[in-house]
Amino acid sequence: MTNKTPKPQPLSQPESDRYWDGLKNEEIWLQRSKATGKFQFYPRQISISDPESGANGLEWVQASGIAELFTFSIVHAAPHPGFVDDLPYIAALVQLAEDVLVPTNIVGVEPEPEALQIGMALKPVFEHSEGGHTLLKFTPA
Amino acid sequence: MPNIQRLKNLSGQAHIVGVGESNKLGKVPEKSPLAHHSEAAINALDDAGMQLSDVDALFTAGWSTLDVGEYLGIQPRYTDSTSVGGSSFVIHVAHALAAIAAGYCEVALITHGQSGRSDRGPIPRNPGTPMAQFEAPYGIIGPPVSYAMAARRYMHQYGEDRTRQAMAEIAVSTRKWANLNPMAYFYDKPTTFDDYHNSKWVAWPFHLLDCCLVTDAGAAIVITTPERARDAKNGSVKILGAGEGHDHSGISQMPDLTSAFGRYTGPQALEMAGVTHSDIDLAMVYDSFTYTVLVSLENLGFCGPGEGPDFVASQRTAPGGDFPLNTNGGGLSYTHPGMYGIFTIVEAARQLRGQAGERQLDNCDLAVAHGTGGLLSSTGTVVLGAE
Repeated sequence: MTNKTPKPQPLSQPESDRYWDGLKNEEIWLQRSKATGKFQFYPRQISISDPESGANGLEWVQASGIAELFTFSIVHAAPHPGFVDDLPYIAALVQLAEDVLVPTNIVGVEPEPEALQIGMALKPVFEHSEGGHTLLKFTPA
Repeated sequence: MPNIQRLKNLSGQAHIVGVGESNKLGKVPEKSPLAHHSEAAINALDDAGMQLSDVDALFTAGWSTLDVGEYLGIQPRYTDSTSVGGSSFVIHVAHALAAIAAGYCEVALITHGQSGRSDRGPIPRNPGTPMAQFEAPYGIIGPPVSYAMAARRYMHQYGEDRTRQAMAEIAVSTRKWANLNPMAYFYDKPTTFDDYHNSKWVAWPFHLLDCCLVTDAGAAIVITTPERARDAKNGSVKILGAGEGHDHSGISQMPDLTSAFGRYTGPQALEMAGVTHSDIDLAMVYDSFTYTVLVSLENLGFCGPGEGPDFVASQRTAPGGDFPLNTNGGGLSYTHPGMYGIFTIVEAARQLRGQAGERQLDNCDLAVAHGTGGLLSSTGTVVLGAE
């Protein structure tokens, strides 16, 4: 049976256009506080480690793509009709070398608990959709 | 920061005088969410010996108080639609205490109603929120996936096998309480450890029996001044302590997946009430998932971080155990329409007034009710005392 319901699409906001545009070019761009050197995800108008500096306190930096698995769930019941055909799929939080957590999917691995270890090394996979946006997923490095 | 000395002066300055559910819980396609609000409101006011015309303050979540006030035909002089997930109604109890003590109002009505199972309309989402933008496209949507990822991290930190055992203990003990509550969805459904381990996966590491129900239900609470509480038809319950707050919205922004905001709201509520953990006779802890209970007991300070599995071992929280927990059967097996928090207060009030039927505790003078909302995002804790 074909699933006709589309998945939710990311609706980029002005402060996050740079992030989504970067993914289209298979690049991960993150915001970093000039004052504290801390990265943040997701993009904001202010740095949450140095809010007083406002937008001028932030700079965009390309991330290394080095990542490890922080936690995951293997989803067996679709939380949205758009994901019915994907079951079971791996929802995950991935820790980038820049010390931010990114919500994502792990692909290219069996959706079994035994196939996934917390801390395992991952590398990015850029999934270009027909809708024009690119999702950042990860696979074992 | 909260001023504990001033909060201590607030302790006991309002009482719960009425609680009630809507007339039928579970699968109720013949009633709208607002119908549940109205039925529960009438039932809670009747429990208090009051009428809608007595109400001068209205609190609700999920809906605006504009809609609920209009539907009920009342014109409140104090209004609060704080909506931070299922904990909201516990937070409303604290807000009602403050509003009554300050003189804004005398009779506060908190209502809830949701048709989680049978609602005719989908819940609209704003696609521009950070959660919708950064989590939803990856199928990280709704509570099971998010709470499951938190639970998996807890397992990594504190041991997978003992966490699994703890989740099973909670799944089974809570459903034993439901077997004593005629209003509970699992009233006539005994549940064994084998049932737990054999139930299907929803979002690993969660089995189906790790997850709360999805039902249609409503509930309401009536709160008033200590003076007017003397006339309460079925007795009253003192609001002694409270705390509230939140530290994220989406799960990927949670500062520590193994510790929710109850680490602040629990100790604050107890300190405001001037009581300690060993004084507490009943814990009503929002159980959206078994894991929610595990982490909440640690956050509230009943045990330390990572000690939850030892704390709930050997059916200690079941009927007859020495730590009564979620005696109505909880969101896991009594009812859970989406935002369950109000039901923790309803049950605590019944136990403190000695009106809990077959599941009534022998000595119940102090109860803690703890709500968790969103994706482990917000918590509200109250300490309630028998009159």
